[in-house]
Amino acid sequence: MSPQLEVQLIAVIIAAACALPGVFLVLRRMAMLSDAISHTVLLGIVLGYFLTRDLASPLLFIGAAATGVLTVALVELVSGTGLVKEDAAIGLVFPALFSIAVILISRYAGNVHLDVDSVLLGELAFAPFDRVNLFGLDLPRALAVGAGVLVLNALLLAFFYKELKLATFDAGLAAALGFAPALIHYGLMTVVSVTAVAAFDAVGSILVIALMVAPPATAYLLTNHLPRLIGLSVLIGAGSALAGYAMASTLNVSIAGSMATITGFAFLVAFLFAPERGLLAQAVRRQQQRWSFAEQMLVLHLLNHEGTPEARDECTPSHLSAHLRWPDTFAEAVVRRATQHGYVQPGALLALTDQGRSLAQDASMR
Amino acid sequence: MDRQSRQREIEVELIIALFTDYTLRTVALGVAVLGAVSGALGSFAVLRRQALLGDAMSHAALPGIVLAFMLTGQRNPLILLIGAGMAAWLGALLLLGITRTTRIKEDSGLALILAVFFGLGLVLLSLAQRSPDAAQAGLKTFLFGQAAAMVASDVWLMAGIGAGVLLILGIFWKQFKLISFDPDFAASLGVPVRRLSVLLTSLIIVAIVLGLQTVGVVLMSAMLVAPAAAARQWTNRLGLMVLLAALFGATAGVVGATISATARGLSTGPTIVLCVSAIVVVSLLFAPERGVLWNRLRGNRQFQAPEA
Repeated sequence: MSPQLEVQLIAVIIAAACALPGVFLVLRRMAMLSDAISHTVLLGIVLGYFLTRDLASPLLFIGAAATGVLTVALVELVSGTGLVKEDAAIGLVFPALFSIAVILISRYAGNVHLDVDSVLLGELAFAPFDRVNLFGLDLPRALAVGAGVLVLNALLLAFFYKELKLATFDAGLAAALGFAPALIHYGLMTVVSVTAVAAFDAVGSILVIALMVAPPATAYLLTNHLPRLIGLSVLIGAGSALAGYAMASTLNVSIAGSMATITGFAFLVAFLFAPERGLLAQAVRRQQQRWSFAEQMLVLHLLNHEGTPEARDECTPSHLSAHLRWPDTFAEAVVRRATQHGYVQPGALLALTDQGRSLAQDASMR
Repeated sequence: MDRQSRQREIEVELIIALFTDYTLRTVALGVAVLGAVSGALGSFAVLRRQALLGDAMSHAALPGIVLAFMLTGQRNPLILLIGAGMAAWLGALLLLGITRTTRIKEDSGLALILAVFFGLGLVLLSLAQRSPDAAQAGLKTFLFGQAAAMVASDVWLMAGIGAGVLLILGIFWKQFKLISFDPDFAASLGVPVRRLSVLLTSLIIVAIVLGLQTVGVVLMSAMLVAPAAAARQWTNRLGLMVLLAALFGATAGVVGATISATARGLSTGPTIVLCVSAIVVVSLLFAPERGVLWNRLRGNRQFQAPEA
């Protein structure tokens, strides 16, 4: 495999691995915990390094994942006192842990290849140079780790799908039925931590946040169906990874940055053009409601005065503007639409058709 | 010389250095201003449950900084600050738009804006670095903060902008108080809630942008949240809370800067954050009426009350 292909494969696998727990972070309104965890894993790596003095040790991985869970536990501890809100608790805990990590690095590990920049920013282009031999195959380490985490996440999701779904949408019922919501919460947070550690090595912690939150948020604008939401998130994440790589190699810019930008672009497209929830669809719907409301007003007005002596005055297009306070052009447009829809017979004196009369009666019944 | 008197001597030296050492004095003044401004504004962010806004917006400022640098080709702090502020402001408006018009919640919106803007900033940064005269080191330190490099003109700039921000806070004090505690009531009184929210968020962004240079992107959120969260424990009055938060922020800044100036490998930003975190821990534990310890004691007393 060429290094370029390997980089793309790593990106796709990591994007998919991030999207799976990301869906539940978004649904459970815990997206910012991914931010906290992806920063504090640095502390775990530093502490693991001090214990082992080896940057390749698996203990670093475990230590980092454990710090992620510790972060969540500390956030719960602080917000559990009831003295600060949960968002403030997150904002208190992770900068403190991150600061400790930065100080430990600059004070005791200055001469080691362990710098804050590479943790936060990541460099996917270098991933193919760090290789492991697995079952006789010569693979990039990030690929092996990423694939392992993806499989793990998929298996856990498959096994605990029902529990996760229930605890996410109705925590109270889940607790009443005897599923332990706290267990599910910490299980999910462990998965998020492990995924963040596996991913940030290759792509940097900021892209981890982008890959965990942006594809599920995008998919959330497109569907109501949980399995579809998960599938779409994986697809959008993987697609953004590939498109981001293409953008990075064309413009010769940061790969992780390009991928994050593309996930944002995907969200923007969904935000504007999603079939039901996009801004455009919302605007179209509002416009349609405006017209249909105006037509209902018109037929009600006509029904009101139908067959009465003042009908001659009331039921002319020019009077509509005075009585319904519509601008002339708007009144004309409404009459034209109502005529097209067959509610009103055109003429100097507006009259209801049968269809228009039944619409007016329906509307007045409501 | 015994250990204790040696310790004392170091302390005295530090205090003298604070008044005589030019660099330390400049840095301490700068972070004191920053701590006071972000503490005061952070009180509103914490009360309005926007504690993580600082984190997201400080990341979102990156593309603005890089773009300002690319367009003007200068590293004038004021120009970079304006770029940072514009990008963060755009991020905040987008966040507001997303949460108002879709079912995406605040937390996802924040994470989204944070990561995507930062990613865009990385892309721009890698573009900027290719131009030969670009000083990438300068931009990176801007990202992670470099308090030690502060000069007097930076402090003056910070003090000026900070004073302006606090002045606006004072002018709209009553309105900000109202929209922070009861926005519905404020709206029923005809107070323009949304415009005031945007103004308040803009002021918070100015504070964030001021702090970027000193404590860096990642740690700026602590400067907004921690002093306010600590101050909240000591009082129920908004005015006192804002004053206390400003005091805590400034104190943590000065103490942190002084400690980091004396020891090798203690970067200023993280040291300040640890100082302010220590204030938070003490406040959460020992604050009268609210603190954990106080509640324990009161719980015991209530438990014993029937016997007495």
